[in-house]
Amino acid sequence: MQPLTARRPAPTPRRDPAPSRWGYRFQRWMLTPALRRLILVGLPVLAVGGALAAWYAKDANRQMVADAISEARMEFQSREEFMVRVMAVDGADDALVQDIRTVLPVEFPTSSFDLDLEEMRQTVAALPAVADAALRVRPGGVLQVTVEQRQPVAVFRGADGLRLVDAEGVLIAPIPARADRSDLPLITGDGARGTLAEGLTLYDVAGPIRHRMRAVVRMGERRWDVVLDRGQRILLPTETPIRAFERVIALEQAQDLLGRDVSVIDMRNAARPTIRLNEQAVAELRRVNGEEPEAGDE
Amino acid sequence: MKDLYQSQRAMRNMRQAAMQRGVIAILDVGTSKIACLILRFDGPERFRDSDGVGSMAGQSAFRVIGAATTRSRGVRFGEVEAMAETERAIRTAVQAAQKMANVRVDHVIACLGGGMPRSYGLDGQTGVEGTVVTEADIGRVLSACDVPDYGEGREVLHAQPINFSLDHRTGMADPRGQIGNELSCDMHMLTVEAATIRNLLHCINRCDLELAGLASSAYASGISALVEDEQELGAACIDMGGGTTSISIFMRKHMIFADTVRMGGDHVTGDISMGLQVPLAQAERIKTFYGGVIATGMDDREMIDVGGETGDWERDRRSVSRAELIGIIRPRVEEILEEVRMRLDAAGFEHLPSQQIVLTGGASQIPGLDGLASRILGHQVRLGRPLRVQGLPQAATGSAFSAAVGLSLFAAHPQDEWWDFDIPAEKYPARSLRRAVRWFKENW
Repeated sequence: MQPLTARRPAPTPRRDPAPSRWGYRFQRWMLTPALRRLILVGLPVLAVGGALAAWYAKDANRQMVADAISEARMEFQSREEFMVRVMAVDGADDALVQDIRTVLPVEFPTSSFDLDLEEMRQTVAALPAVADAALRVRPGGVLQVTVEQRQPVAVFRGADGLRLVDAEGVLIAPIPARADRSDLPLITGDGARGTLAEGLTLYDVAGPIRHRMRAVVRMGERRWDVVLDRGQRILLPTETPIRAFERVIALEQAQDLLGRDVSVIDMRNAARPTIRLNEQAVAELRRVNGEEPEAGDE
Repeated sequence: MKDLYQSQRAMRNMRQAAMQRGVIAILDVGTSKIACLILRFDGPERFRDSDGVGSMAGQSAFRVIGAATTRSRGVRFGEVEAMAETERAIRTAVQAAQKMANVRVDHVIACLGGGMPRSYGLDGQTGVEGTVVTEADIGRVLSACDVPDYGEGREVLHAQPINFSLDHRTGMADPRGQIGNELSCDMHMLTVEAATIRNLLHCINRCDLELAGLASSAYASGISALVEDEQELGAACIDMGGGTTSISIFMRKHMIFADTVRMGGDHVTGDISMGLQVPLAQAERIKTFYGGVIATGMDDREMIDVGGETGDWERDRRSVSRAELIGIIRPRVEEILEEVRMRLDAAGFEHLPSQQIVLTGGASQIPGLDGLASRILGHQVRLGRPLRVQGLPQAATGSAFSAAVGLSLFAAHPQDEWWDFDIPAEKYPARSLRRAVRWFKENW
């Protein structure tokens, strides 16, 4: 049988909207500016930072990061835009181009990031035949090498053979024979390369005897000898060799000095030019003068 | 008297500290609701001329960043009756406001509706030292006011100098720097029951808040509901609250009288509840929806369902006409207004040059109240709403919030009170250390 007293649910007390004393204090504590900043900024930063540090503490993970970075680097550097396929050399003759290609052993194609342009430039500039060099990677994947080649102005004969020399006295390249570059003057002697300009000036002022000059020789690293054909030699002084040489030329023009049987013209003492005759000429001179008739002739 | 100086000065210092921190809370503990506003002081006002906002009595220096209202509990006639209940209600309001503002407040300025405020007019007279009136002279003339015996167990809430006269000239707001011989001042002093203050202070302290200021709610609603002209020319502000109706009379921008009628909107609700035999909550709902004070023929035909919530659904299907409801409401409202009239007459309000009366407070929202009030109080009656302050939510702009808004104006721009001026040295106890310091300062 049902009970007569109705079982009503006990009326729920009205919810008290007021916060409890401790809840209220806690909320006020949480609103403290320093704590707020700590919770909103400090803790997330700490958590994320700690997680990252823990992950990074493992060797395998570090290796993975390093690999990924180098992989991405490679990927980027080997893109088509950065590839260099051709080397172009400007301002050099064929032999020098060959030399440059030999000293720059670049295997194409390669990435422009792998090229150390400054080092390559120094390598190229270190070649004897190169005065200056500029390298750049041109759009289109071309390694552009622009060289300024040394211009030979003379042939230098040293102990180990003939070499071309430029205006600064730098040896450029050996040549097998003098006849290969007969257009260039020949210079020799110790210290000749240091005073090359003076030696070349001797050629310039030679004028009428230019075609007879065989070489200029630096003697004792202080003065010049001019060697002519027929074994003739003009010894020039240490001071003002050009003037002395011009005097010889003037003499030649006036008196056909060099056409005579003279072996050495010694201009070293400007006050007393001296001529050395050949042996036969000396004898002839003596005979003409009647000083000492030779027995054989009479 | 020394006690008063010290406690009021401590509150003033607290207020300064709160202003420096930039955040202060406003707490209006009323009989029907507890409102909490949180103000942020951003330093000097940042409006440009083009904003069309002037200095507006200093209230543009702050912004309301949090507002919360909760049903008041444990408060009767504006006085704390059940401490624990009130404390919980205050906690609710403060926590909600803090949550909205997202900032923690430690200092609170509260207002006091009950406590049977009593107004006293004081005057004092003193000679001016030297030729020019200085701040020290004002302090002396204020302390020369003879304080009436306001009774045991009461405390001074406001003591504001309202008028200074120098020789034969009167009506000066600030006599400093003027030349004269005889300085006299009028002061308005408001006392309330000390127990009321103590109870409220205890509740606030239990919420871990510090009191940074205390004002009468009559004063607070007066400075927010009266416009500047009314404050200047003379007007009465009648704040009809839940449990009390506060009256404050303003003249020349100073409150010159304040009083309280211990009746309000809650009594109207109680009358409806008793008259219609319905629970208080439903009576409140009926009052809010259908209330009025002037019945018309239409109201006889408008029937209102009143279910008694007695559980007897079959029988309890009563309905009353709106005219009956108005018949219940009107006598109580008339009684309140008659009482207000009596208080105003006792204060000599009819002698003021301007007879403006402003009705504000939650109970002033009854439709037709202004018509009824103008019959009882006089012709110049209007309904007042609080001043618009920056950041106040729309829900808190109603006339029920005029005390809270006035309190925030008070916080931003407090009036000089008695204790803001230094007491002259001779009033200190004989062995005061400060007196020795002063002697050193003057002689070295």
